[in-house]
Amino acid sequence: MLSREQVQYIAALSRINLQEEEIVLLQKTLTDILTYIEKLKKLDVANVKPTSHVLPLENVFRDDAVKPSLAQSEVMNLSVSHSRGAFKVPQVIE
Amino acid sequence: MNDAQELETVIGLEVHLQLNTESKIFCGCANRFGQEPNSLTCPVCLGLPGSLPVLNQKALLYAIRIAVALNAQVQPFVKFDRKNYYYPDLPKGYQISQYDLPIAFAGFIMISSEGKPKRIGIKRAHLEEDAGKLIHDASANCSLVDYNRTGTPLMEIVSEPDIRSPQEAYDYLTTLKLTLQYLHVSDCDMEKGSLRCDANISVRKKADSTLGKKTEIKNLNSFKAVKNALEFEADRHRTQLLSGDRIIQETRLWNDEKQSTVPMRSKEEAHDYRYFPEPDLVPLTLSEEAIEEIRRVMPELPAAKWERFRQQYSLSEYDAKILIQQPSIADFFEACTHLSKEIKKICNWIIGPVAAELNARKVGIEVLNLTPIHLVDLIKEVETGAISHLAGKDVLKMMLDTGKAPATIIEEEGLAQVSNSDELEKIVSAVFNENSKVVAQIKEGKETAMGFLVGQAMKQAQGKANPKMLAEIIKRRITDA
Repeated sequence: MLSREQVQYIAALSRINLQEEEIVLLQKTLTDILTYIEKLKKLDVANVKPTSHVLPLENVFRDDAVKPSLAQSEVMNLSVSHSRGAFKVPQVIE
Repeated sequence: MNDAQELETVIGLEVHLQLNTESKIFCGCANRFGQEPNSLTCPVCLGLPGSLPVLNQKALLYAIRIAVALNAQVQPFVKFDRKNYYYPDLPKGYQISQYDLPIAFAGFIMISSEGKPKRIGIKRAHLEEDAGKLIHDASANCSLVDYNRTGTPLMEIVSEPDIRSPQEAYDYLTTLKLTLQYLHVSDCDMEKGSLRCDANISVRKKADSTLGKKTEIKNLNSFKAVKNALEFEADRHRTQLLSGDRIIQETRLWNDEKQSTVPMRSKEEAHDYRYFPEPDLVPLTLSEEAIEEIRRVMPELPAAKWERFRQQYSLSEYDAKILIQQPSIADFFEACTHLSKEIKKICNWIIGPVAAELNARKVGIEVLNLTPIHLVDLIKEVETGAISHLAGKDVLKMMLDTGKAPATIIEEEGLAQVSNSDELEKIVSAVFNENSKVVAQIKEGKETAMGFLVGQAMKQAQGKANPKMLAEIIKRRITDA
């Protein structure tokens, strides 16, 4: 069973605030997912080629050509708050 | 024995290089610096739902070019991975980067350390997207975000911890930058942020096989800052180790004004990026032939050019080194050599007066009004004595200002030297008449006074007399008389 701390750690990384009952619920549902993965791990995949992608495609490119961008005003309309053409967010200093 | 002598500094450097493609790495927005904030964005680089990235083929080509130049192995199977973290400069909540299969690995570059060649390993180099730019506005208690830079193709180049002193770190960076400049994949301009560097440093006993606790230094805005910051940190580590204190593994910021580092204020949680394969991009396979083709059309790299310049043009090590310091200067020099065989003179003019003008004007030779044929013509004018060497430098300045041919400027400005012997003879006669005492002294053996006569004659000619001819005439008249 995933511990409370593990769930809270994942929530913190994802910047999600969890209510008490949600922590309990996620402890259970996340553990179910991990248990299922453990089950998958038991499969014999000796003859299966490793894959990093589900699509049978390779080498998809675009040419290095410039296309029009969105207008600044259009982009600012997407923001909750903006100032002088920039997105305004609570102060962050790392 | 001094304890300090037993300690050894170990440095590894991380360089981020913006690639100068026309468009961004995963979308068609222009890859351009200094534009109106958020004027170069689209659903892909803003990370809007439903948008899909597609790799810019030029960015991949540049990355492979860098791999080859760093003598690295090129990954035959390339994939991208998501590096997850929440920060406002990253609209998607993750950065598309490369984790376990970097495009280049196990490379090296050769640097000159205290006159001896030294090999610095390149651990890995990978392709990723740059993040946006944050401007902190403390007075308004907010941060402003500009996503124009988001999605700029970025190559991260990580050295092995093979560097043993701040000076070596500096030499590594200058060598790496020069190599990258020759590839024409980036403008490598630290001021614009197209080349950025973080440094890792630790100190250990020389006999130790494991590394000491390291600190990472950020906010390094010039190679000089890298060197100074590393010197500061090396001293700090040594002092702490010798006094028995522990080094804390942490990230520190360089303060250029105070010339010291301070711990970075940071949230306590450890970075946990939870990398996983990027599902929105399909993997790439690079055939041996494709890599070979890129290898075949690689530009000549600085070390090879240095060697060739010395051989082909019989230049000294020093002259060749100066010429190759900027690819555009090296090209300019070679263009001149196709027009004139006065190799040494061409070299001297370029690394002397031309370089001085470039420095004074803070521009590269490619933006100046100077063509190889004009410089070669100017050198001819000086060599034939049509103008003096000093006047030649003035003519060069005017050539750069106006783009006019040297002959035109010499004529317009009336700078031509008097090389007409009749005229010079007349001038000398006048000077001899006015300075008969000096002439007599010279005849009695006071040869040093000869310079005085030349000076007087030059004055009469308003500085335009051919000094060589003038001196010859004066000498002949004295011995003949």
